[in-house]
Amino acid sequence: MARFVRWYGSGPLHLLVLICSFALTGYAMVRLFAFRPIEVAIWFVGAAILHDLILLPLYSVADLSAHFVLRHRGDPVPQVPWINYLRVPTFLSGVLLLVWFPLILELAVPYEGDTALTQDVYLGRWLAITAVLFGASAVAFAVELRRVRRAARADEEGPPADHDTKP
Amino acid sequence: MSSGGRPPESGSRGGPERPRPDGGHPRRRLKRTVAAAAGLVAAAGTRVRAIAERVGQTPPPPGPFRPGFWRSPLRGPWLTSVFGLVLLVGIPVLFVTGVLSYAAYNPDLSGLNDKTPDKGLLGFYLFDWPTHPYWLYRLVQGVHVTLGVVLVPVLLAKLWSVIPKLFTWLPIRSVAHGLERLSLLMLVGGVIFEFVTGILNIQLHYVFPGSFYRLHFYGAWVFIAAFVVHVCLKLGRMRRALRSRDLVTELRTDLAHTRPEPPDPDGLVATAPDAPSMTRRGALAMVGAGSLLLLVVTAGQSIGGRLRTTALLAPHNRNPGGGPNGFQINKTAAAVGVSAADVGPNWRLEVHGQGPALVLAREQLLAMRRHTAALPIACVEGWSTADQHWSGLRLADLAAMAGLPDAGSVLVESVQSSGPFRRVVLRGNQIHDPRSLLALHVNGADLSLDHGYPARIIVPANPGVNNTKWVRRLTFRT
Repeated sequence: MARFVRWYGSGPLHLLVLICSFALTGYAMVRLFAFRPIEVAIWFVGAAILHDLILLPLYSVADLSAHFVLRHRGDPVPQVPWINYLRVPTFLSGVLLLVWFPLILELAVPYEGDTALTQDVYLGRWLAITAVLFGASAVAFAVELRRVRRAARADEEGPPADHDTKP
Repeated sequence: MSSGGRPPESGSRGGPERPRPDGGHPRRRLKRTVAAAAGLVAAAGTRVRAIAERVGQTPPPPGPFRPGFWRSPLRGPWLTSVFGLVLLVGIPVLFVTGVLSYAAYNPDLSGLNDKTPDKGLLGFYLFDWPTHPYWLYRLVQGVHVTLGVVLVPVLLAKLWSVIPKLFTWLPIRSVAHGLERLSLLMLVGGVIFEFVTGILNIQLHYVFPGSFYRLHFYGAWVFIAAFVVHVCLKLGRMRRALRSRDLVTELRTDLAHTRPEPPDPDGLVATAPDAPSMTRRGALAMVGAGSLLLLVVTAGQSIGGRLRTTALLAPHNRNPGGGPNGFQINKTAAAVGVSAADVGPNWRLEVHGQGPALVLAREQLLAMRRHTAALPIACVEGWSTADQHWSGLRLADLAAMAGLPDAGSVLVESVQSSGPFRRVVLRGNQIHDPRSLLALHVNGADLSLDHGYPARIIVPANPGVNNTKWVRRLTFRT
């Protein structure tokens, strides 16, 4: 047993479960790849690559750059953690686009003929939702900014307050 | 590998070249050969292990393979496990509703119903799809599609939370590790493949390679095989991680008190984390808000009624017109090449069974005893209509007229001359449900051309495409 573990890298149960799974995978894959195997393989592996090596790095870099480029530079007033007021509406608007982009960008060719509905409403709706999300975020940020600055002014003028609300 | 751990015996490698005084004895010779081979293997094993050790000490290349590269202070087994737990509930629901939806087509009944004739053992569970409750397919498919859409943010968050594992160093540490990573490729490739094909299909964006039914069905089995393994291997770790922090406390923790999770053996927790810019409750709330928003802009197309218009971004969020025929259309007559001339005064319904075929004009059908049923149209794409009030001839009555009152199946053929689902087979239980109709009217009016004039099938709990429109021939069989 110990020798097996040393050679294999885990217990025998691990191996049994994996072989069982691969058998089913193989059975389904033979059928999945029965027609146009190369394209299907590109779609299957491409799905993982597209997410892990393109989408995720892109949004991570976008998040980091927003942090870096838009940081406060020598503002005299106290800072308010602002990144989430940008991050949250971007994320929400982004997932809507990610899921419904074929309709939003009017890519679904048979849609209008099949359903007797028009496709041109989706871009406007998505933009309107995006505007509402960012607008709400801007209002929330403005309120927070006002609250923090007022508190800071009160701090300067009045007696020293406790500092545990500092970000 | 029986002697894999033993040190190589000295001189054993030279064995075959030594003089062999007893070389004539086959058993002894065999013994010696075996010993020599074992020695060779042992030596090779030692060497391989030495190489592996040297490789194992290779420092990771710069970039994402270095542990210091990942900076998020929120990544850690607890957060991953929360997302994992949601998917652990959601994905089995998706899988079960998916395989039920597949069964709803009755693919085992006829090749005409079966888009995956090579399914083999994967159809092991198929059963006669019931007609009760009449909203069954509407529910199953509405849940399948809406839940799939709603889980997208959770899936993205889960994948984000474990991304450092993709760049784990060494890429393969042992046979077990290598196999597990291969299984993870099936898991991640499979889950994204399933979500992408499903989400594109409900928007009629047919860019994937081949039949949606094949890709989504077989892809689901590839994925679920890897999913079950993943759950088996990680369930214990997930439970431990979930117990490591209290959810309520976590939801009360503000940014100032947000700290990284303690270092974990899986390397999810950053070794050099940035200062947090978001709390864990903030991350959970953002993902939850994404799911909620998707639910709001999607679910209405499956609920129908007044809520349909709330599905702002869903494909079937408006009715195509007003009046009795103003409900959702899957494919218009024009889209499948059916014209008014095809179903004009010359249209006849042929009914085959035992004995000579009946050929009936619409006027003759209208003169027969008609029945009503309130049934929805529910599509594999997840949208559905509220109950529509259909009126027409019972399939059971037509079977009796054809001389087969106990018919076991009926082949329904449409005027539509090309495209999938223009011919389907219905099962005996579907024929004999008193609500199963060859409908001539809906909501008190003649069927419109887009809803299948002059006659269409409507069967309770039947997938929309199996409710054939523009019916021209019914062939009852025992």
